Amino acid sequence: MIEMIDVKKTYPNGVIAINGLNVKIKPGEFVYVVGPSGAGKSTFIKMMYREEKPTSGNILVNGLSLPSIRNSKVPLFRRNIGMVFQDFKLLQTFTAYENVAFAMEVIEKEPEEIKKRVMEVLDLVGIKHKARMLPSELSGGEQQRVAIARSIVNDPKVVIADEPTGNLDPETSWEIMNIFEEINKRGTTVVMATHNRDIVNNIKRRVIAIESGKIVRDEHRGDYGYEI
Amino acid sequence: MKFRTLLRHFRESFKNIGRNGWMTFASVSAVTVTLTLVGVFLVLMMNLNHIAGNVEKDVEVRAHIDNAANKDDIKGIGKKITEMNGIQSVIFSPKDEELTNLIDDLGDNGDAFKPFEQDNPLRDVYIIKTKSPQDVIKVAKEIEGFDYIQSVKYGQGYVEKLFSFVNIARNIGIVLIVGLLFTAMFLISNTIKITIVARRKEIEIMRLVGATNTFIRWPFFLEGLWLGILGSIVPIGLISVLYYNLYKYAAPQITFKFIELLPASPFIYQVSAILIVLGAVIGIWGSLMSVRKFLKV
Repeated sequence: MIEMIDVKKTYPNGVIAINGLNVKIKPGEFVYVVGPSGAGKSTFIKMMYREEKPTSGNILVNGLSLPSIRNSKVPLFRRNIGMVFQDFKLLQTFTAYENVAFAMEVIEKEPEEIKKRVMEVLDLVGIKHKARMLPSELSGGEQQRVAIARSIVNDPKVVIADEPTGNLDPETSWEIMNIFEEINKRGTTVVMATHNRDIVNNIKRRVIAIESGKIVRDEHRGDYGYEI
Repeated sequence: MKFRTLLRHFRESFKNIGRNGWMTFASVSAVTVTLTLVGVFLVLMMNLNHIAGNVEKDVEVRAHIDNAANKDDIKGIGKKITEMNGIQSVIFSPKDEELTNLIDDLGDNGDAFKPFEQDNPLRDVYIIKTKSPQDVIKVAKEIEGFDYIQSVKYGQGYVEKLFSFVNIARNIGIVLIVGLLFTAMFLISNTIKITIVARRKEIEIMRLVGATNTFIRWPFFLEGLWLGILGSIVPIGLISVLYYNLYKYAAPQITFKFIELLPASPFIYQVSAILIVLGAVIGIWGSLMSVRKFLKV
């Protein structure tokens, strides 16, 4: 599903973000990526959705070798993965419904299908009743639900989440985690970078810890392992 | 691309104009101001060009034929002139006609020439007009070399000055218009760029959910088009009304032969068409150039 082979990433300013990293994530897995700030977590995640290219090594996602994808083909690749961010990344001038529908419009789905499917996923994340609202009229947790709905609307095999609970209060964070668990139960691979110790320690899953651009720990049902 | 998707882009472009109300206003204002300036200059320059053309059109070559030439010689000269390159018309004016014209032109003073009617001192003349006024000098020089040509007149000295003046005026006009157009493009594309920078996040998100560059570009392309067209409405209205009234009320007051404004009827439509096309092109260009920056990963 996702495989990194001898991946190195050096930024133009000389900072080495990832330094010889090998990892394999199997279909249907739920993986936490943890580590201190500046350890290379973000770069690790960004390389998975081809926002960053490795300096050397190879990355395979859904059987595609990411370093060799042309820039213009990146959007096509991204149609097969879902992404969720700390800052939600919703289009502010679009309603909740439109934000989710947009991900289907870009792949030119039939209007009837869009209508049906969007309402379905909005229902799944529990925000169907606020479909006509703009992001500015929704709370942080509600916005993240919309973002999650958008990430899964096209039935991707992988959902990549970068600090999805980073901007949310503890209670809302648990609600969001429940949704991710639900998505994972349906067979979707979930890769989540997080700083949330409580969540990692309570919902036990595979934990990959990154420090100084290398994997220092990879446990099947691991702990967060860092003091906050 | 499916037709439905194209419709979606049209719908989206209209919605975006409303969603980004103030940005739309800023861009449209920039287009309006610059197109008004361009339009006014265009009207001025096209009229100046028209007047200059009228002046030039009046330039002609007068070839005076020696009295020694017989009828066949004169015919031969006429034929030779007609066969030259770039000749528009050749009119033969016999010396009797020349004298009558002279007497008429001088009005009361013309009577002084009446006695010459018996013994006409003037010559038969070929009056030649060239297709391009600038050719007059060349044609005149050539005709001078023909047999039985006594002299060739085309307003020597005066014509050269006129041509150089008209040329300078034209060139200045072209430079002004081109300069103004560049300023307009720069100003408008900058304004649009600012409005699009504000929407950079929007483009980033579109790319994240898998929109291709073409898909992202379409609504922006259409928005640029609408902005350009919206921006050209005021200049077109303003210039049309002003020019129509200028033509209707001011033009009849001008009595100089050469100074004649372009008729309002086709001219206003031509200028309007130019302005609307300019607005659309500049709008699209500015919009696409600005989006391009954000489409690279």
